[in-house]
Amino acid sequence: MPANGQFLGDTMKFADFMCFEAVIPELQATDRDGVITELVTALDKAGRLGKGNCKKIIKEVIKRENEASTGIGKGVAVPHVKHSAVKDVVGAIGQSSTGIDFSALDKQPVYSVILLISPVDNPDRHLQAMENIFKHLQQDKFRKFLRQSQQADQIEDLMREADENPSL
Amino acid sequence: MASGVEQKGREYTLENAICETAVEIKNADGLHMRPAMQFVDVANRFECDITVSNGESRADGKSIMQMSILAATCGTKLKVTAEGPDAQQALDALKELVEIKMFGEPPPKYETEKSKTKTTES
Repeated sequence: MPANGQFLGDTMKFADFMCFEAVIPELQATDRDGVITELVTALDKAGRLGKGNCKKIIKEVIKRENEASTGIGKGVAVPHVKHSAVKDVVGAIGQSSTGIDFSALDKQPVYSVILLISPVDNPDRHLQAMENIFKHLQQDKFRKFLRQSQQADQIEDLMREADENPSL
Repeated sequence: MASGVEQKGREYTLENAICETAVEIKNADGLHMRPAMQFVDVANRFECDITVSNGESRADGKSIMQMSILAATCGTKLKVTAEGPDAQQALDALKELVEIKMFGEPPPKYETEKSKTKTTES
């Protein structure tokens, strides 16, 4: 019985919000704020952030990150912010083979960063996207395959497959 | 409901006391990462094991990853179970955080004739 009328089956899939043009198999940046900048810029270049919002969004994401690290452990970080530039949730992903210091909770470097920009007035969509992200990032196999991916289309394939096969 | 309780005359050992309570998510943005972290911070202050259920999945109340997966929206009712010597204190603290403090976040906006107050995000 759904707790508040929302079936968990309604959870968003990666394909529902990930911008597959903003997949960076090897991040250029080596520091946290540089990575955030790189990922927001990728979404901006893909036309997903409206006009003239890129710098503001970068600032907002960094500000949120300073409040509390989204590096929740196991080598992953999920920087995010709600912003009026988007009407629905949009995500980007970047991988770093060398590891980034995100002041993570387990004090370990971060190798996979998923950036999420969510609409201001629809908190449920944000939660659904986060639920999906965490569900998959929690699984050792998924994280391993992610780190092994060298090309953007491999990462896209992995996410699409994970959408179809939740136990991946 | 208590289990594993030893009765010695009128003394009870509460080492395996299991307590349960229902909490409702009241802040507008629901159990996103920031509230989930607060929940886990509070839960980790206590010795007891803490499990949170939304009716479909269960999460370890001390794991930020698992609590974030619950993705409980505003209005969702969660069942919180605590097992251990400080179970009741844990539940009291968590209920206060969720329902009274509402994670320090605003409730859903209501527009009424009487009051249109501007909610500020903390």
